[in-house]
Amino acid sequence: MSGYNIVGQRVPKLDAAQKAMGRAEYIQDVKLPGMLYGKILYSKYAHAKITAMDISRALALPGVHAVLTGKDIPPKMRMGFYKDNPPLKADKVCCFRDEVAAVAAVSEQVAKKAVSLIEVEYEVLPAVFDPEAAMEKDATLVHEAHKTNVLKLPWKLHYGDVEAAEKDSAFVVEDRFTTTWVTHCCLSTSGAVALFDASDNLTVYSNTQIPSLAQKDFLETLGAMGLKGKRVRVIKPVIGGGFGSKLDTYAYEHIAILLAHKCRKPVKILFDRKEEFEATSTRQPTVIYIRQGCDKEGHLTFRDIRMVLDNGGRTSWGATTPSVMMMPITSLYRVPNVRYNAKCVYTNNTYSQAMRGYGNPQATFAIESCMDMLAQKAGIDPVAFRRINQNEPGDETPQGFKITSCGLAQCIDAVEKELTQGSPLEDGEGIGYASLIHVGGGARIYKSDGCGAILKMDDYGRVDIFTGGTDMGQGLDNMIAQIVAEELGLLAEDINVVHSDTDVCPWDVGAHASRSTFVAGNAALGAARRAKQTLLAFGAKLFEVAPEDLVMENRTVSVKNDPEKTMPVDKLLRKAHFSPGGTMLMADYFYDPPNENMGKDFRCNLSVTYSFGVHGVRVHVDKETGKVLVKNYVAAHDVGRAINPMLLEGQVYGGVIMGLGYALSEEVMIKDGQIKNPNFRDYKLFTAKDAVPIMAPVIETHDPDGPFGAKGIGEPGCVPTAPAVANAIYNAVGVRIKDLPITPEKVLAAIQEQSKGS
Amino acid sequence: MTKTISFILNGDEISCDIQDHWTLLHLLREELGLIGTKEGCGNGECGACTVIVDQLAINSCLFLAADVQGKQIQTIEGLAVHTGSLHPIQQSFVDNGGIQCGFCTPGMIMSAKALLDKNARADKEAIKHALAGNICRCTGYVQILDSVEAAGRQMAGNQGKGAAAAKDPGTITQQSMNKKAGEVIT
Ligand code: FES
Ligand code: FES
Repeated sequence: MSGYNIVGQRVPKLDAAQKAMGRAEYIQDVKLPGMLYGKILYSKYAHAKITAMDISRALALPGVHAVLTGKDIPPKMRMGFYKDNPPLKADKVCCFRDEVAAVAAVSEQVAKKAVSLIEVEYEVLPAVFDPEAAMEKDATLVHEAHKTNVLKLPWKLHYGDVEAAEKDSAFVVEDRFTTTWVTHCCLSTSGAVALFDASDNLTVYSNTQIPSLAQKDFLETLGAMGLKGKRVRVIKPVIGGGFGSKLDTYAYEHIAILLAHKCRKPVKILFDRKEEFEATSTRQPTVIYIRQGCDKEGHLTFRDIRMVLDNGGRTSWGATTPSVMMMPITSLYRVPNVRYNAKCVYTNNTYSQAMRGYGNPQATFAIESCMDMLAQKAGIDPVAFRRINQNEPGDETPQGFKITSCGLAQCIDAVEKELTQGSPLEDGEGIGYASLIHVGGGARIYKSDGCGAILKMDDYGRVDIFTGGTDMGQGLDNMIAQIVAEELGLLAEDINVVHSDTDVCPWDVGAHASRSTFVAGNAALGAARRAKQTLLAFGAKLFEVAPEDLVMENRTVSVKNDPEKTMPVDKLLRKAHFSPGGTMLMADYFYDPPNENMGKDFRCNLSVTYSFGVHGVRVHVDKETGKVLVKNYVAAHDVGRAINPMLLEGQVYGGVIMGLGYALSEEVMIKDGQIKNPNFRDYKLFTAKDAVPIMAPVIETHDPDGPFGAKGIGEPGCVPTAPAVANAIYNAVGVRIKDLPITPEKVLAAIQEQSKGS
Repeated sequence: MTKTISFILNGDEISCDIQDHWTLLHLLREELGLIGTKEGCGNGECGACTVIVDQLAINSCLFLAADVQGKQIQTIEGLAVHTGSLHPIQQSFVDNGGIQCGFCTPGMIMSAKALLDKNARADKEAIKHALAGNICRCTGYVQILDSVEAAGRQMAGNQGKGAAAAKDPGTITQQSMNKKAGEVIT
């Protein structure tokens, strides 16, 4: 069918057996000789001045090796791209998760006890928790020196002429939507171990998604500590879930480094679950005002969005999510005139980070809810309305995205077919749709969007490939193994993928933007091609044919059309190795896709290709309780090509359930800056009991730039889930919920409101 | 307070000194070096720490080490150890995509084993029920449920052929443990 042997196969995840036996080592399992345990003391208030601190009792506790406070932080040391976050705060705290002191001790217990002995005196300041209130003139300032609570970020674009287009529109709808805090809930909590060697070179074990950029951050930390010219090695243990949470470096990593240096011993900081909820970042909450219009035939005429994002007390990547939101806003469906203006506003709440979709779920919630509202106003069936406006191959969107492969039309067909062939809708049942666009070939958010690969082959026909990419469970190891095995005519089990250590793995910008299969995959493919070239040149000499006359398949190199002339690949490798002037097979490749940085007006081709998808859901709404039951879910994606359909389905199923949690149940409840539900009992994740039937049709459009035609699919599964559900609820009972999560209380209140009105 | 307890761990008799306040999870991971059992919450809310005590799946983070005196404990390390090959449940998780990051996996497999040891023919609803206390953030549960169902079918088939003891290393472990403790398998 596909003409491939390994690509397209459901090869089990390479490390699955190790994990099934409980032998995989996570950060929890890293123990080094002489290791100390670090613990962090957090703020008691959302906003306060630190007036005094007494660490003497903690220092006096037997077993305590060091206590650090904000005063011990080198003056220039700031975390985050906005540089507003020292690892320990000296003068003032801006949210409950602000770190004020840290200890290192011989055991967790002693460290905990020591932290409880630190005395901090605060002068409580007035605080602000509502981002819209924080924008007002006389609002309390979260950072006085910043002079305003609105971050100085340029999230503003206008393509075409929205006002003129609105005048020419036959139908216009507008509304306000809100999304709230949700969090990654990686099953493994966060942690790091830091240690220095005798020459002050640093090693950090961390379950990071950005080994190379973390290395750079830690080098900056060393620089601030006065340790110039030292080396940093980042080792990733097996990662127990990422979803964007580990795209930045955090206070606990930098504090572990400072403590390790002070104590001259390895120091480990490991979060407990409460800390994981309270001191790691969320998805950015938003207030979204949207206006959208179409002409009489249903062609979109304009889209106009204003957004306020709660930035919390400090800044991490969450504040840059508007850059990715621009993608659905300007490019989901054909919409000629677009305006967007987003403000990130400091408050005394917790702060946000990347989370699967990087802003796309929030923006798509408003856009796709509004699409249904507009379709209704125009009197057009919602699916037909989407077909009228669907993106097509060859389109260039207002932002300058060049759409190459695009299976949005096929996705709509696939979902409609699956959803409408069941039993007829019963009372209280409804169907809803929503689509997505996402970067499918990486995204240039840094100077380089590249990834390196180094490949070597041994005397036995086996490959070790060192990739810059990161596997955190999503299956990059298989993508690389299957791509390399396909190219070299080997089996997936012949390929050992090493992605754990910056000392041996080349540079990569990080596991984000659903880029790993595409970018790390292309890098691996490039290295495999080079290795193949060398090997075939050697084989060609041996068989006295041209390299083009050779094929590599089934672990063998053979001359085409001459079955006599064939040699197992391991034998050929040994011949190359052990002949006079021998050679070992090694190859490398660095792939940086031709993605463009955003220009001044944000126009660019952000990604060399884009992924598309359509989700459809059938729900039942209990009119007595407001409870929404998902009866059936179909999520079709244009993935270019499925390198491994089983792992691909796993990404979709996992994404959809995470998306359903976002739609229906998940919420970090924050009251006056304080998290009220920092545990799995009160933070409502879907469990096995809530598992729903999901179908995941795969549309293969064979992308010309993807490795074997593949595009990214890590994030899309959770992007259009919430609006699909909201649209289905409206279809079922005629109420539109505009605030996530769509809890039974909200649905019931809306139903009651509706019946009052009628 | 320190005291000495004896119990059977993955088929082997063990005797060790413990502190009264230790949890079974602490004993396994920190004292005995069995890191396969994971801690996801330490609070009985995630199931990552699930082990089997006398045929019941329990959260070892809430179970006091002192209470395993005289009992039989199975952890993830005990499933494949005797033959070196994977237990059918482990193999099924591998083959059906039931494992992504893998942090929930040992707990999931132990919950599944407690169920399937009792009833290999458990249907999807029973499986969902048995796994309801095990959170997975990666898979959306679909392939985990498939994995357990397929494993059950295989275990039921093996039992049907009277070959359970030969094909299921976990069952061997279970039986040898029971024998050691002088109990009878029904
Ligand atoms: S660690 Fe025991 S239930 Fe979560
Ligand atoms: S596989 Fe990651 S939590 Fe289940």
